[in-house]
Parts: sequence; structure tokens; C-alpha cells
Amino acid sequence: MEQRLANTWRMTVNEKKFIETALHSDLRIDGRRPFDYRELTVKFGREDGSSEVQLGLTHVMGFVSSQLVQPYRDRPNEGTLSVYTELSPMADPSFEAGRPTESAVELGRVIDRGLRESRAVDTESLCVVSGKFVWSIRIDLHILDNGGNLVDAANIAALAALLTFRRPECSLGGEDGQEVIVHPPEVREPLPLIIHHLPIAITFAFIGDENTVVIDPTHFEEGVMGGRLTATLNANGDVCAIQKAGGDGVMQSVIMQCLRIASVKAADITAKIRKAVDSYNTERALSKIRRQPASVAVQVTEPNQIEVKDFLSKHKEKLMLKSEEGGASHSDDMEIEAQSSEQDKSRRRDSTSKSFVGGPLSWDPYSKVKVAPVEKLEKSRSDEPYKGESPKLLADSSTSLLSDEKAATGLQIEKEKTLKDAVKPKHKRKKKASTNTDAS
Amino acid sequence: MEYVNPEGLRLDGRRPLEMRQLRAEIGVVARADGSAVFEMGNTKVIAAIYGPREVQNKSQQINDQAVVRCEYSMANFSTGDRMRKPKHDRRSTEISLVIRQTMEACILTHLMPRSQIDIFVQVLQADGGTRSACINAATLALADAGIPMRDLVTSCAAGYLNTTPLLDLSYVEDSAGGPDVTVGILPKLDKVTLLQMDAKLPLDTFETVMQLAIEGCKAVANYIREILLENTKQLEFRRGV
Repeated sequence: MEQRLANTWRMTVNEKKFIETALHSDLRIDGRRPFDYRELTVKFGREDGSSEVQLGLTHVMGFVSSQLVQPYRDRPNEGTLSVYTELSPMADPSFEAGRPTESAVELGRVIDRGLRESRAVDTESLCVVSGKFVWSIRIDLHILDNGGNLVDAANIAALAALLTFRRPECSLGGEDGQEVIVHPPEVREPLPLIIHHLPIAITFAFIGDENTVVIDPTHFEEGVMGGRLTATLNANGDVCAIQKAGGDGVMQSVIMQCLRIASVKAADITAKIRKAVDSYNTERALSKIRRQPASVAVQVTEPNQIEVKDFLSKHKEKLMLKSEEGGASHSDDMEIEAQSSEQDKSRRRDSTSKSFVGGPLSWDPYSKVKVAPVEKLEKSRSDEPYKGESPKLLADSSTSLLSDEKAATGLQIEKEKTLKDAVKPKHKRKKKASTNTDAS
Repeated sequence: MEYVNPEGLRLDGRRPLEMRQLRAEIGVVARADGSAVFEMGNTKVIAAIYGPREVQNKSQQINDQAVVRCEYSMANFSTGDRMRKPKHDRRSTEISLVIRQTMEACILTHLMPRSQIDIFVQVLQADGGTRSACINAATLALADAGIPMRDLVTSCAAGYLNTTPLLDLSYVEDSAGGPDVTVGILPKLDKVTLLQMDAKLPLDTFETVMQLAIEGCKAVANYIREILLENTKQLEFRRGV
């Protein structure tokens, strides 16, 4: 209430009348039509699980973190999910620092209901030791700028952050197998959360008489509206949550119409979020590869043509010098990888597209490693969008080798030519099956 | 777990479309301007209204309408296990907001500028549907206080378990994890003012469940009108009319 009061105080009677009159001709003050959404931009931060959403003028940041805790007594084998919202005073003059106002609590609870009750995040997979240790996922939402419709923007920020969040892998150890060992991200690749569906919140504002409904209100329209309805739907057409906390009464038919419009918009927004998350995942995978420069060459090409570079021994020193600890352990992984079974190879072959080649070191024309076109990398990445890159697969990609023309010719058929291909590496060695020791 | 057995009876012996027993009493808190007790089965709620009176916090005063404040709390002894800190947790804050905005929509606030109306609702026994019971109790209490309203506000909840829509969920059915749709309507105007839902439901199933809840609300409205009529007759009698 305080927030709405602050808005109405700022707004003059003339402004209010203008908004209402314009709506009679289906015009909104920012030029949109009644059922148009504002422009949505989803960006990600450096860390996994941080997102930044801009919906028109509304700016929200989301951040996901995890912690091992004891589960609730009545749910011993489920992890927990909690949503915390912070309405920063810089976002709106009516927000106060300190104790959350009613609207802040409502915002957090609407998003929480949409995620928790509809089982969007799989909490059973967050259990480590039943009754003792489960992962507690904490979503922090910071409102930086209130341009209206905070619920929708904050919900998208929460979803984007959840999709890109990676929790550390942990295993049971110790004498009795009850001790939990949490592996740091350099040792074992962190895992993404299992998210079954994306509940998208769509807010409608009822302005003037109840036949005037607008979607995605700006803060001006929020100051004038008589009631608000937030419908949380997913792309499958399920209603996950609805919040109409009082306000003007509306006919049941109007509500059903709003829900139908919301299901269309939800599909739209889901597509946008997935696209943004996909491109983030691609970039993330790429940056991982760039961290391991001249790596071991384990090439997966045509059947049974597995080549291991002789450079392995020669470049090991180079490797040790160049790579960080993470890289070093990765090269160990890679060696182990090289000795893996035929089965593994065929599996990897299937999972990485045939023409997949890694793409590091585009700046060094004399490196033994040839650069690969980025699109191929994306293709392989897109094969597994929401599964964590398993250590094996990552070792595969980071071994990103090239530069053997034997391998290259094998792949060249499907690979696109870039300028970098024209730069021939200095030393080319034809390695045949003689180095096929790892084929076993 | 089976919430509707093959004969079509629920855990407490009701049919799927049957509401729990309603009981209401007006004028229970002598000090308040209006008060009421509302029972829906085992859920018992007491509401007290203070107002219209002078605004205590001048900064919140509105010059052309009344300020409505609401506080929802559950008594420590209302649930099975004694609760530690029932006030001012996030759930209570949200329900207070919801009840306030629901009642605000039906009170004719522009008739009482620069004044304040306080609604205090306390849950004495919680067995599912506390939100609805609170709104019904607040309506009765507001009528008892003589505060002008557009229409009564009545509320009822419905759910969907074992592929059957169920009216007026009890606590066991509510905590089953299935959907819970709470609806508040203005019966004469036939408008929906409160609508809350959690858990997942396909769109057409949701429409059925919401329709069922609205029917429940209308039944509650009939009962409330009876109670108010009875109360008015009592008042007339006492005044010797």
C-alpha cells in the first residue's frame, strides 16, 4: 500500500485521467498496445548462477547460491529452495532499506510459490544424505530499478539464474560413507540443477472499469490501476500459480481470457530465456577451452582412427608450464581419457558431432593446435544444453586438438574453412597408427 | 494416499462437492466496533473491527478516503504443534496484505476520509481454509460495525486430488501437495476479487476448480445473509420495535 500511495502522490489527477482516457482508445502511454510486452533483455554475470534482467525500464538482478544444510523434519530427502527479495531504495522512492515491506514479501512469495509448489526445480535430486545433508538453494533477487511489473522481471531473473547455476559435485566418503566431500569446481565440474519446466509470471493490470486490462504495467499504470492479477504459467499450458490479492472485482470470463493470453506470452518468454541461456552456455564452454591451451591431442574421428599426438611427451613440459592447476589436472584426466576404452570413444564420438573440433588459441598461428570454427563447437554444445558437461566430455573438448592433417582431412569434409585454416602450423607430423597405443 | 475412496467419500466422510459445516456468531468482542466468529468445520477464526476512527499515524492519512489496515495472526495453539513465532512471518504478512486489499475493494472508503479502519483477524483453530474463514469473518464483523460496503465478500477454497475437484479442503487435503484454489467474490455483483492458486493445474481443469470454488462462495454468502438477517431481527427486538 505504501508503494501505491507513493505513486499516487507523485501522480497528478491529470496524469491519471490521461492514462485512463488513452486506454479507452487502446493506447498506452509508452506507445504499446494493451497486450504487448516490453522489451526483455537477459544478461549473465561472470559467475554461474547470476543473471541480470531488463524489462523495459525495470532492472532486476538474480543470484543463486547453494549450501549444505539439514533438511526439514517432514521432508528428509528433499532439498530446499528459498527466495529472498531486496527492494533497494535506489529503485523507488517508496522503498525503504531494512525490514521488507508487504509488497516485498508478496513479491518473494509469488515467485517462491511458482517455483516450489509447481515442482519446477527438482528438490529430490538435491539430497545428499537423507535426513542429514541436503542442498539448500537460495535465490537472491535485487531490484535495482522499479519501472513497473517487478514480479515478472524478478521471476525471469530467478529462472535465468537457476538455469545457469552450477552446484559443486559432492560425494560420500569417510570411514562409514557418511562424510560428505564437496569437490571444488577445479577438480570436478559442477553440476547444473534439474529444472523440469519454467514457470513464467505474467501480470495484468485492471485500470478503470474492469473491461480495461493491460499486460505488463509500467509504474505509471501501476499507480492508476485498481487491481492486479499475476498468472504464472509454463510453456506446456499448465497454470502454476495465480495471485490476485484483492483489488477491483472482475468477471470470471475476464480472468479466463487473461489466462489464455498469458499462456501465449509464457511460451514466448520461455523461448527468449532458453535462447539467452543457450548462448551463455556456449560462451562458457568456449571460455573453458581457452583456459587449457596446447592440450593433449586425442582425436575422435572416423571409426577406429584414434590418434594420439606424439607431442604428448614433448609438450608435456609446455603443458605443465602453461596450464594452471586446473589445467594440469585436466591433462591428467586427458591422459586417462586417452587410455579409456573403445566404448567410451564411440560414446564420445556420438556425443560430440563428428566434425567437432575445439577452438583454442586463435591468436597463435604457430601453435600445434589448429583453430576450429566456433559454430561446430556450438553445435556440440547444443547437443547437451542442460546437462552438466561431464568431466569426460570437457576433457574431450579441451583436448581440442587439431593440427594433424590426418585428423584434419578426416574432418575437413564437414568443417568450414576459415582464414585460420590458411595459416599452416609450423610443424606437421603425420602420425599413423603407430601411436595408436591408446586405442585400447 | 487415497483422498477420495471408491465410494466417493473423502477422508472426513464428505462428498467431493460438499462444504464443511458453517457456524458464525456476531458481536463476540465487546470492546470492538464490530466483531464476529466464523467456523468452517474445524477451522475457527475471530475477527474484530475498530473504526472508522482517527488515523493514528498522520503520515498515512489520506485526504479523500479511509485507510484500511489489517493484521492476520495465528494463535500459538491453533495448529497441531504449538507454533513458536506466529506473528510477522512472511506468510502472515502476505495474508494480511491479501485480506486488506480484498476488504478495501468492497468498503466504500471515500465516505470516510481521513479516518482509519483496523481489521484484526486471529485464527483460533486451523484446519485448512484459514484465509477464506478470515475473509468471511471480516465481512461479518464489518457488517456488525456498520461500515458501508459495496457488497459482502465471501471466500472459499477448492482443490483437485485423485482427479476429482474437491470443495473446501481440510488441512490434510491441503498439505497433500495438490493444487489449492482460494477464491473471494462479491456475490451480488458476481465479480471475483480474490484469486490465489498454487501447484500445477492444466488450464481447463483450473476453470472447473475455480467454478466450484465460486459456487462454494455463493453458498457461504447465503449463510452469511441468514446470519445477518437473524442478527438484525435480534437488534430490532432489543430496541422494542
